[in-house]
Amino acid sequence: MTAPAVRSRRLPLASLARWETLLVILLVGLLVAGTQLSRFFLSANNFANLTSSVMEVAIMALPMTLIIITGDIDLSVESMVGLAGAVLGTLMLAGLPLPLAIPIVLIVGGLGGWLNGLLVTRAGLPALVVTLGTLALFRGLANVILGPTVISVWPDWFTEFGFGTIAKSPIPYTLVVFAVLAAVFWLVTHGTWLGRQVVAIGKSKDAARYSGVPVASLRNWLFILSGVVAALAGIILAARFSSARNDNGTGMTLTVVTVVLLGGVDINGGKGSIPGVVLAVFVLAVLQNVLRLAGVSSEFQGIAVGLLLVFSVIVPQLARQAKAALDRARRGRRPPAGSMAAGEINV
Amino acid sequence: MTPRLELTGISKRFAATAALTDVALRLLPGEIHALVGENGAGKSTLVKTIAGVHQPDAGEIRLDGERITIPSPAAARAMRIAVVHQEPRLFPDLSVAENIFLIAPPTDRLHTIAWREMRRRAANLFEQLDVKMDVSAPVRGLSMADQQLIEIAKALSLDARVLILDEPTASLSTHEVERLFTIVRRTKERGVGVLFVSHRLDEVFALCDRATVFRDGRHVITAPTSELTTASLVRHMVGREVSLFPKEASTLGEPLLEVRGLSDAAGFRDVSFTVRAGEILGLAGLVGAGRTEIARVLFGIESRTAGEVLLDGKPVNFRSPSEALRAGIAYVPEDRHQDGLVLDFSIANNITLPILPRLFPRLLLRARVEDEVARSFSEPLRVRATGVGQAVSALSGGNQQKVVIAKWLATKPRVLILDEPTRGVDIGAKVEVHRIVSELAATGLAIVMISSDLPEVLAMSDRILVLHEGRVAAEIARSDASEERVMFAATGQVEAAAAGAGHGG
Amino acid sequence: MPKTQGQPGMLGRVTGALGRSRELTLVALIVLMCAIVSLGAPQFLSISNLDQVTAMAAIFAIAGIGEAMVVMTKNIDLSVESTIGLVAFLVGVTLRQGDLPVPAAWLLGIGVGLLLGMVNGAVITVFRIPSIVVTLGTLSIFRGLVFIIAGGKEVNLSDLPAGYANLATDTVLGVPVFVIVAVVIVAIVGLLLWKTRFGRQVYAVGSNAEAAAILGIRSRLVTFAVFSIAGLLGGIAGVMWGIYFGTIYATSASGVVLQIVAAVVVGGVSIAGGTGTVVGAALGALFLALINNALLVLQLPQELLQAIYGAVILVAVSADALLSRRNKGQAAQEAAR
Repeated sequence: MTAPAVRSRRLPLASLARWETLLVILLVGLLVAGTQLSRFFLSANNFANLTSSVMEVAIMALPMTLIIITGDIDLSVESMVGLAGAVLGTLMLAGLPLPLAIPIVLIVGGLGGWLNGLLVTRAGLPALVVTLGTLALFRGLANVILGPTVISVWPDWFTEFGFGTIAKSPIPYTLVVFAVLAAVFWLVTHGTWLGRQVVAIGKSKDAARYSGVPVASLRNWLFILSGVVAALAGIILAARFSSARNDNGTGMTLTVVTVVLLGGVDINGGKGSIPGVVLAVFVLAVLQNVLRLAGVSSEFQGIAVGLLLVFSVIVPQLARQAKAALDRARRGRRPPAGSMAAGEINV
Repeated sequence: MTPRLELTGISKRFAATAALTDVALRLLPGEIHALVGENGAGKSTLVKTIAGVHQPDAGEIRLDGERITIPSPAAARAMRIAVVHQEPRLFPDLSVAENIFLIAPPTDRLHTIAWREMRRRAANLFEQLDVKMDVSAPVRGLSMADQQLIEIAKALSLDARVLILDEPTASLSTHEVERLFTIVRRTKERGVGVLFVSHRLDEVFALCDRATVFRDGRHVITAPTSELTTASLVRHMVGREVSLFPKEASTLGEPLLEVRGLSDAAGFRDVSFTVRAGEILGLAGLVGAGRTEIARVLFGIESRTAGEVLLDGKPVNFRSPSEALRAGIAYVPEDRHQDGLVLDFSIANNITLPILPRLFPRLLLRARVEDEVARSFSEPLRVRATGVGQAVSALSGGNQQKVVIAKWLATKPRVLILDEPTRGVDIGAKVEVHRIVSELAATGLAIVMISSDLPEVLAMSDRILVLHEGRVAAEIARSDASEERVMFAATGQVEAAAAGAGHGG
Repeated sequence: MPKTQGQPGMLGRVTGALGRSRELTLVALIVLMCAIVSLGAPQFLSISNLDQVTAMAAIFAIAGIGEAMVVMTKNIDLSVESTIGLVAFLVGVTLRQGDLPVPAAWLLGIGVGLLLGMVNGAVITVFRIPSIVVTLGTLSIFRGLVFIIAGGKEVNLSDLPAGYANLATDTVLGVPVFVIVAVVIVAIVGLLLWKTRFGRQVYAVGSNAEAAAILGIRSRLVTFAVFSIAGLLGGIAGVMWGIYFGTIYATSASGVVLQIVAAVVVGGVSIAGGTGTVVGAALGALFLALINNALLVLQLPQELLQAIYGAVILVAVSADALLSRRNKGQAAQEAAR
C-alpha cells in the first residue's frame, strides 16, 4: 500500500493566529495615532471613557460569537437592551428594590432568547427572520411598557456602577464585568467540551448530530444566553446613561456583529475565537476614541463601523480565494467541493 | 452506420481511485443500449462525463462522427444530449411547464414569454407521453415518478439526439415503468440513441437492443441482448477479483439486536432480523432498496411507523442518535464527509466527539487525555497520519474511514452498524477495514454491514439479508451464498423462491 | 402502517384555499380590517385619511418590491432604509440650492439609488460575501453619507419649491399620484418577473441554485441585477419620501427596513427564496400601513405598532413553515402509497 500523501493544511495566510496578530498591529497603530492626536489620549480618564463606552457591545459580542459560530445570528439583542431598561425602570418605579428587579430583568432576557431559540430550532425557521421579527417585537414591548417616558432617577450606587471606576484606578466596574464574562466564555469555548460541541455544530450540523451532539438544545441555549446577556447589557446601559428610554440600544446589533466578525469569526460558522473578539472590542473602542479626538463627530462613526464590518469580511474572503487559487496552481487540479461552501452568496 | 455517440479510450481518476479506465461505448441511432454493472462499476461517472459534469482525463468523444468536448451541462444541452438523472433536478417553486422550458421558453412578438404557448407545448409533450399532468402546477409536492416524467419531457423538448436515462425506474411503480418503456421505444423510433443505465436485468432484456457491462471502471463486454441471458449477464457483472480478508469463524453468542416487522414512512416495510453477539449480518440490495433507511431508524435519526426493536431482549425506541449511542449502538454512516466526520477537526477531536461528556465529566478538556484516548483507538486500526492532531480532511479515504470506525469504537458499542464501510477506499485500506471488522466481531460485537460490494458481503457475512424494494427478498446463510444468488434476489428475480424467506421472530 | 388521513375539515379547506394564495388572504384581511376599523372610527374611510394611508403604503410598496426581488434570490437587503434616507435628503438639498429643476433633482436621486444598489450587488457577487453582512455594513455607511451631506442641518419644507409637498396628495381622476406610481411600478416589475427570461431566472436562482448552475444560469449576474433594481426602487421611494414629509432629517427613514422586510414576508415572499409575487409584497405594504393608520384613528397607543409588526412577521413566517411542512408531509405520504 502506498502511503497517503500527508501534507499540512495549515497555511500561514489564513490561520487564525495571523488574524489576531493583524488585530494587535491594528490596535497598536491606532494607539500610536491616538498619542499623536492628543496628549490626553493616554490619560487614565480617557482610558476609562473609551472602555466603558463599548462595554454593552463588548459583553453582547461574547454570546453572539458562539451563535455565529454555530451558523445562526441574533439580530434582536439591541431591542432586548431597550426592553431590559424599560422593565428595570418600571419595576423600580413600582417600588421594587433594584437588587430584586435585576434578576427579574435577566429572566425576561432569557425568556426572549428562549422564544428566538424555540422558533429557530423547533419551528425550523431561519434565525435571520426570527430575530428580525423579535427585533421589532422586543422594541415594541419596550415602547408599550415605557411609552415616551424617560426614567432618569436611579440610586447612586447604580449609576456609579454604570460609569464609575474602581477606587482611584482607571478601571470601570463594567470592564470588570466584561473581563469576568470574557474569561468565562474563553474558558468554556476553548477549554471545555461544550465549546467543542458548539464548533462542531458550526462546521457540520449533520456530523455533529450523528455523533450524538444535542444540536437543537445547544442552539436553543445559546439564544437564551444571548437574551440574558443582552438584558445585562441593557441594565449596564441604563446605569451608564442613568436613563431608561424606549430607544435604548438602537443600532447596537450592527456594532455587536461588526465586533464579532472583526474578531475573525466566520459568518458562515464553524470558526472563531474569544481572544480575537476581545481584541476587536478594543480596536473598536480605540478607533471611536481616536476619531473623536480627530474631531470626527460621533454621527460619522457609523461609516467607520460599517466599513470595518465589510472589510473584516472581504479581507479573509480575498485571502481564501487567493489561497484557493494558489493551491489550484500548485496542484493543478480543482479544489474539493467542500471548500467552496464559504463562497455561497446566500443569506 | 455512424454512431450517434462514440466514446473511445475514456479514463477518469478521482484522487486515488480510478473511476474509469480506457472504456469505450458506441451508441447507434435508433438503438436502446443498456449500461449495466455493480455499484461502483463506473456507470454514473460515464453518464456524468457525457452530461458535461466531469471532464475525462483521456479519450475521445464523437457525436454523429464529429469530435467534441462537453465542457458543461449547458453545452451538453446545446448539443442536444439529454440526460435524465436518477435524482430529478427541478425547481420546486416553478410550474411543470416552466421547468421544461426555463432556458428556451417560447416567446411572442415582444420577445416576452408566451405562457399559453408554453403550457400548450408542455401539455403536448405529456400527451405524447400519454400522461396526465397539470402543467401549470408547481413541481413542489409532486411524486418522484412525476418529477422523473418531467425530466423526460424536458429531454423530449430538446429534440434530443442522445438520450441518457440514469436508473430511471428506481422510484417508479410497475405501471409507471411500463409507460416509460413505451415512451422510450417511441423515442428510439425517431432515431435517437438511448443509453439506459439500470440495475434491473429484466428491464434490460425487456427494453434494450444491446448491452454493455462495466466492472471496476473497465469495459467487459458489449453484445446484443438476444445473445445474452440473465445468468451470463450476472456473470459478467460479478466475479471481481479482489483480495479479501474473510471473516474468521467465531462462536456466536446471545441475540443482541432483534428487529421485528419494522417499517418506516417510505423506505422499507415489515423487515425482521436478528443479530447475535459475534455475528456479522450482511445487508445486501440495490441502491434505494431501503438498507440505509433501516440503519437510520435503528440509530434514532428517523422514526419508525411500525414494528419493534429489541436490544438485549428489551424493547427500545431511540428519538435521537445520542440516546442510541448511550444504549450501545454505533452507526458508521454512508456519507463519510457529510455525516461521519467533521472534516476540519483533527483525528483526536473527531474520535472523542461522541464521548466528550463521558470522558470529561467535569467539563474541562485535557488535550493529553484526549490524544491518549484517540491514539488508543486509532493505533490498533493503523490510521496513517502524522499524528492524532492532523486534520482528517488531509487523510486518504481509507484512513478517514478508519477514523470514523475508531470514533465509534471509542463509544464502546455492542451493536455496530456499518453503511458501505469500504466505498471510495483503496484496496489496501479495504483489506484492513475487513480485518478490523472481523476482529471486532470476534470480540463479541453484533455487526450489521450494509454493502453494495458483493464480494465483500460474501466474504464478511455470517448471514446475508437481501432487500428488494424495501422488503426482505431473501435470507441466505454463509454456506449457501453466491454472488449470483444475492444478485438475483436483489434484482427481484427470484421473488417466488424467496417469498417465504423473510422469517418471523 | 401510517394512520389513514381523514378528510380535512371545513376550516382546513378554507385555510388551505387561503394559504395557497397569499394575495387572496391579504385582500380578505385588508377588507376585514377596513370593515372593523370603520365601525369603530368612521373617519377611517374618509378620503383624506385614505389618501394618507395609500401615500405611505405606496412608498413602502415600491421599496418592498425591490426587497421582494432580492429575497426571491435568497438574499436580503438591510441597507434600503439608508438608501431612502440618503436619496430623500440629497434631493432636498439639491432643491434647496436651486441648481437643478425638480425633475432633474428627482432623476439624480433615483440615479444615486441605483448606484448604491450596484455597490451592494458588486460587493456581494465579486467577493462572494453573504448579503446580510454587506448590507448591514452599507446600512450604516449610506447613513453616514447622509450625515456628511447634512452637516448637522435638516432640510425644511420652507426650503423647497412652493406646493412641493402637495404632490403627495395630488390626484389624477381621483386617484392619488403616489398610488398611480406604485401601481405602474407593480405592473412593470410584475411583467418583468412574469414575462421575461430574466424574471424567471430570478425565481430559478432562489428556488434551486444548484439546478440553475447546471442549466448555465449566471446566478451572480442575476443577483447583481436584482440588487441594482432594489437600489433603483429604493431611490424612487426616497424621492417620494422627501415629497411626503417635506421636512427631512439626517435620520429620516431610520428603522423602516423592518417594515419593508415585514411587508415582503407578510406578502408571501418566502425568505427561503424562489417564491412570491410583487403584488403580494405591495399588498403586504398596504396591510401594514393600514394597521399603522388603524391604531391612529382608533386612538390606540402608537407604541403598539412595532410590537405588532414583530408579531406579524413571526406569524407570517411560522405560517409559511407550517404550510410547507404540511405539503411535504403529504408528498411523503403520496410517495409511500
